[in-house]
Amino acid sequence: MPVKVCAVTIDQAVCKQCGICVAFCPKDVLVADKEGQVEVAYLEECSGCLMCELLCPELAINVDIAE
Amino acid sequence: MGKVTVISGNEACVEGALAAGVRFFAGYPITPSTPIAEGMSRRLPPIGGKFIQMEDEIASMNCIIGASLAGLKVLGATSGPGFSLKEESFGVAMLMEVPCTVIDVMRVGPSTGMATMPAQGDIMAARWGTHGDHPVIALAPSSVRECFELTVKAVNLAERFRTLVFVLTDAILASLLERVEIPDSVETVNRPRPTVPPAQYKPYQITPDGVPPMADFGAGYHWYASSNMHDERGFLATDQHAVAWTLAQRLRDKILKHKDEVTFYSTEWMDDAEVVVYAFGSTARSARAAVKMARAKGIKAGFVKTQTIWPFPEELVSKIAEKARTIVVPEMNMGQMVEKVREVVCGRAKVVSVARVDGILIPPAEILEAIK
Amino acid sequence: MAKVAIKKTSEIRAEYYRPNSFPTIWCPGCGIGNVVASMVRAIDTVGLKHDDTVVVTGIGCSGIIYNYLNFDAYHGIHGRAIPVAVGLKLANPRLNVIVPMGDGDSSAIGGNHLIHAARRNIDITAIVVNNSTYGNTGGQFSPLTPTGSITTTSPFGNIENSFDLCELAKGAGATYVARGATYYSRQMIDLIANGIRHKGFSLIEVISQCPVQYGRRNKLPTAVDLLKWQKENTVSVTRAKTMSPEELKGKFIIGELVNIEAPDQEYTARYERLIEKARSGGKS
Ligand code: SF4
Ligand code: SF4
Ligand code: SF4
Repeated sequence: MPVKVCAVTIDQAVCKQCGICVAFCPKDVLVADKEGQVEVAYLEECSGCLMCELLCPELAINVDIAE
Repeated sequence: MGKVTVISGNEACVEGALAAGVRFFAGYPITPSTPIAEGMSRRLPPIGGKFIQMEDEIASMNCIIGASLAGLKVLGATSGPGFSLKEESFGVAMLMEVPCTVIDVMRVGPSTGMATMPAQGDIMAARWGTHGDHPVIALAPSSVRECFELTVKAVNLAERFRTLVFVLTDAILASLLERVEIPDSVETVNRPRPTVPPAQYKPYQITPDGVPPMADFGAGYHWYASSNMHDERGFLATDQHAVAWTLAQRLRDKILKHKDEVTFYSTEWMDDAEVVVYAFGSTARSARAAVKMARAKGIKAGFVKTQTIWPFPEELVSKIAEKARTIVVPEMNMGQMVEKVREVVCGRAKVVSVARVDGILIPPAEILEAIK
Repeated sequence: MAKVAIKKTSEIRAEYYRPNSFPTIWCPGCGIGNVVASMVRAIDTVGLKHDDTVVVTGIGCSGIIYNYLNFDAYHGIHGRAIPVAVGLKLANPRLNVIVPMGDGDSSAIGGNHLIHAARRNIDITAIVVNNSTYGNTGGQFSPLTPTGSITTTSPFGNIENSFDLCELAKGAGATYVARGATYYSRQMIDLIANGIRHKGFSLIEVISQCPVQYGRRNKLPTAVDLLKWQKENTVSVTRAKTMSPEELKGKFIIGELVNIEAPDQEYTARYERLIEKARSGGKS
């Protein structure tokens, strides 16, 4: 059953720009800019798999899924 | 009414610990302290206490630190090599302020030395064995009865000051059998526990008497016990010079400002004494005999037996130095205590060292020679 | 394996971490943050009471784990977390004692304590963050560093064999042994949760990433490289059964390796019986 993802939020104050979330998002939703700052570029592609949220060592990502 | 019984110094330590409320013991077999562990393994379970034989000395010390954090009164016992092995962990108990009592049954060292032979060579190891600066309380009994009494006192002081306390016995006392009366109950002390709600609790609070209240792990206070320099909340202060300095001073002061509570000694024939024998532990037995012999010969000899090794009873020694011409310090080591005596006396009296490390109790005649 | 219900990260942070815990002290991409998060999620999944849960750590980068969590926590000296945990558990068996350690802490200086806690089968949960190095002291080889690795104390390549820590724990008598990897976070949460639930000594080894002190020297310079390496070099317990020893060489088997249910053989349970026996005059 497909889920509806309302938001992927990155706590930029906490993010260490390690690149893990960007590299392992299966849908390439996240991209890093030249400075390494992570942006949610293609929210509409997000499957809500939570890979990014669970792999972030700094607990900087929240994926909001509508029930 | 107490119970009169004939027991060894090791057994008296067991009885003292139990009377003081010790309910947890972790240890490792080592001569000559092993009978303390054996006694605990027999006595603790029937009263719901816990004994565990650990895989080594270091584990034993860390294990009692854990049990003390859970709220129990704890005891460890060891001898020479084991004492050396535990040294790093002693520093943990001191810096973290975890009440622990450790009995060191001193034997000839260094290294394996003479495993079954008495010595008093761990005086400085008790004071400075662990790295860094730290307070220390060390008591030394000289009879089986004192093994009982000072173990009770040690456990009480550990709780009172949230610290590590040593009882330094030796291989003579360990197996010496004497008649003692074990009282039905003794005065006991419990560590200060917090009276504030968890949100306001500071495990290393700077209190007027220097001893912060201690919550048991599992009591809902959610605090950190840290081996790092820490602030009042127990949070890391590894880069905060002022916080570290405040902590180091408080640790020192909480003991030194209460020296009257930790200084125990007795004196005899001191009124007109010109030569004073300052002794501790088993050696005090010979020393007292020597002073008696000297008195019989008409020599104005006096006797001071100190039960407190650390903190060093400076005021006491200073007072002796003001009156006496000569101070004799017998000890079963190469002269550890005498160094401290010399430092305090500072030329005011002649200080004579009677020191040997051959596993033999210094005979009274040898001390008498020094008195003459 | 049962699917873990995932609580929101913001809730996990609020419930279990101290305020201002983030950013943590660890290097960007360091796997310790992953292990702590999984440990906390496992605690949450099992539903442990805050007040009854104690975290005991040693020294090293993993030693700092305690510093972010709002549990009673202990940060002691190098290698001695387990005996402290044993003391806490035996003194108060009601406590849930969780012991996260590094590979050096648990397998070198503290290795003796690990095997003896396993042998006693005392109910504590040991979590070993295995990132193949002593990160905190600048990247020396540990007993878990793969042979051939370049570290600051094996500049020509590590000639020592490494332990299989899980096999060691199993041999010593641990009744729950599992290996996970930070890349497989859901599985890691499951494995830790099962270790916590298990009544007896549990060891969960987690293959983790230290990009700064290990990866960088071994042609895996980023956390991403190390996580990809994990994907390529781990095989599940089920798949491992179909593989030959040759094929398994250099691979890490992940999943539950030992799970023996025998709660009455747990050390504190045995101790309670010992007390009963002692109270009745030594007769059982
Ligand atoms: S995984 Fe976390 S810390 Fe790393 S880049 Fe993404 S948001 Fe930042
Ligand atoms: S939830 Fe999955 S798909 Fe969505 S951004 Fe995160 S990793 Fe990508
Ligand atoms: S040195 Fe390695 S283990 Fe330590 S914090 Fe950095 S990445 Fe993590």
